[in-house]
Amino acid sequence: MKLHELTIHEASDLLKKKEISSRELTKAVLDRIGSVEKKVEAYITIDAETAVKQAELADSEISRGNILPLTGIPVAVKDLICTNGLRTTCASKILKNFTPQYDAFVIKKLKKAGAVIVGKTNMDEFAMGSSTENSGMKTTRNPWDLTCIPGGSSGGSAAAVAADMCLGSLGSDTGGSIRQPASHCGVVGMKPTYGRVSRFGLVAFASSLDQIGPLAKDVLDCALLMNAIAGYDPADSTSVPEAVPDYTSFSSKGLSGMTIGIPKEYNETKGLDPEVSGAVKNAVRVIEGFGAKCVEVTLPHTKYAVAVYYVIAPSEASSNLARYDGVKYGFRDKEKNSLIDMYKSTRTKGFGPEVQRRIILGTYSLSSGYYDAYYKKASQVRTLIMKDFKNAFKSCDLILSPVAPTPAFKIGEKIDDPLAMYLSDIFTLSANLAGIPGISVPCGFSSTGLPIGLHLMGRHFEEKKILTAAYNFEQATDFHKQKAEI
Amino acid sequence: MKITKDEVVYTADLARLDLDENSINRFADQIGDILEYVDTLNSVDTEGITPTSHAIFLSNAFREDEVKESMSADKALANAPEKEDGNFIVPKVINS
Repeated sequence: MKLHELTIHEASDLLKKKEISSRELTKAVLDRIGSVEKKVEAYITIDAETAVKQAELADSEISRGNILPLTGIPVAVKDLICTNGLRTTCASKILKNFTPQYDAFVIKKLKKAGAVIVGKTNMDEFAMGSSTENSGMKTTRNPWDLTCIPGGSSGGSAAAVAADMCLGSLGSDTGGSIRQPASHCGVVGMKPTYGRVSRFGLVAFASSLDQIGPLAKDVLDCALLMNAIAGYDPADSTSVPEAVPDYTSFSSKGLSGMTIGIPKEYNETKGLDPEVSGAVKNAVRVIEGFGAKCVEVTLPHTKYAVAVYYVIAPSEASSNLARYDGVKYGFRDKEKNSLIDMYKSTRTKGFGPEVQRRIILGTYSLSSGYYDAYYKKASQVRTLIMKDFKNAFKSCDLILSPVAPTPAFKIGEKIDDPLAMYLSDIFTLSANLAGIPGISVPCGFSSTGLPIGLHLMGRHFEEKKILTAAYNFEQATDFHKQKAEI
Repeated sequence: MKITKDEVVYTADLARLDLDENSINRFADQIGDILEYVDTLNSVDTEGITPTSHAIFLSNAFREDEVKESMSADKALANAPEKEDGNFIVPKVINS
C-alpha cells in the first residue's frame, strides 16, 4: 500500500483504526513531492517542517480519540489563500515576499478540522489564466503528459492531487479555475454556489465571481472537503447565512426522479473536440442507466458568456488590483522620484503581461465614455444569462455539459493568443456569472491518454444534488481510479 | 483598430502602468481583438434589462457596531516595504 495514493476517506479510516499515523502519511506525501515535484512543478512553497508538526499534533489528538474526517490528512492550498506566517504569492512577483498575518476563513476551518497543510500550489498569476502558464513563478505540467498544461488557474492544486502530492486541495474558481484543471488532470473539482464559502482571506480577482472550492481524488473526498469549508462568515459580507447540509450523506441508490438538462447550444459549440463530446455522450447513457431522465434545455445567451465575462472580470480586477502600489505590502521598486512614478514602476515590474493586459482592458471598459458600451452592456447580458438558467432549471434538476472543449493542450500552444485561451472556458464561465455551483468529474480519456471531465451544474445551494449525481456516476466508472505515470 | 495606441497609453496611465513601445503595440492588437469579440454583445437586445452586479439575492449585510479585536499596528506593518515609527514610508508627494 502506497500511503500517498490513498483517498482522504481511505486514509481517515486507517488513521481511525490506528493502522497508520498522520506522521507516516504526511512523510509519505512529502517523499512523493520530493520525487516528482521536479517534473510536475505543482508547488510554489512546501512547508515540510510545519506539516510534520501538524501531523504529530493530529496523531496526539487521534490517540485521545479525537478524530474528525480531515484530522491528520495532508492537503495543499492554492497560493492565493492567505495562510498565517506562510508566504502567499498569488504566483506574482508583486507578492513574492508577502507573508500574511492572518488565516483565511477556509484555512481556519481546515486547521480546526485537523488537516495538515503541506504547501501552497502554483497558479496563473492572480488566477488570471486557463493553463497556469501565466504564473510568475514556474510552469506546472500535466501529470498525464508533462508536455501539456494542467489547466488553470488552479493548475498546481489539480496537478498535486492527480500526482498524489497531497490527498486533496483547495482552489478558487472565477470562470472555471477549479473545474477546468480538474477536468484536464482527471480529478474531481467543485465550484460551490457564490456565497457558500467565505472569501475572507482569498486574494480578490473578480469579487462578484470568485469562489473557493475543493479538488479531490473522488466525489466522497470532495464532499468531505465541502463539509469542512462551507459556512457563513460575518467577515465576508457576500457570505450567505444558509444552513450547511452534510454533503457526504448522499444516496448511492440511483438517480430515479432526477431530471438532467442537456443544453442544445452546447453541441453547436465551435471547436468542441469529438472525443470530448463522445465521452460526455457516454456519460449521459450511464446517468440514464441510473434512472435519471435526460431532457433537452435551452440556454440561448450562453454564447455570449465569454464576451460578458471578459468585460466583467477584468473590470473588477482592475479595481481590486489597484491596491498593489508598493506601499502597504509586496514588492516596491527603488524609484524614488515621486509617489506616482514609484506606483508606476512598481506595478509595471511587479505584474506579468496577462495581469497588465486585463488591468488595461478593465480600466478601459470602466472608463468615462465606454462604461455604457462595455460594463453596463455586459452586466445586462449577465442578467439574461441568469434568466436562461432560471428557466432551464424549471424543467430539470441539473444541467450537464463538457467542462472544456478539448483535453489539455500543449504548453505554449495558446500563450500568444489570449482570445483563444479565453475561449477554452466557454462551458464553465456562465456558472460563475449566474453564481450557481458546478462540478467536474472524470468521464473518460482521449486517444492520447489525457483525462476528460463531465460538468454538472445545479441551482443555487444545491451542491448536494450535484454530488449525488456525480457519486452515482463514479460508482459505475473507474476513470477516477486510474493513475498518471510520472 | 478597436483601441488606438494612444488610448492604450492613456488607459495604462490611469491604471498606473508604464508600458514600453513593444507592450503598447502588442496590447493594442490583443485588446483590440478582445474588444472586437466583445462587440458581439451589441446584437443582444438589452432594452429595459436591469444590470446584474451580484448573482445571489442578498439585502444589505448589516451588523452591530461592536468593538472587536483587530490587527495590531505591528502586524499591519509587517509586510511594509519601508516603515518608520509605526508609519508607512512613501516617496515625497509634494515637491518643495
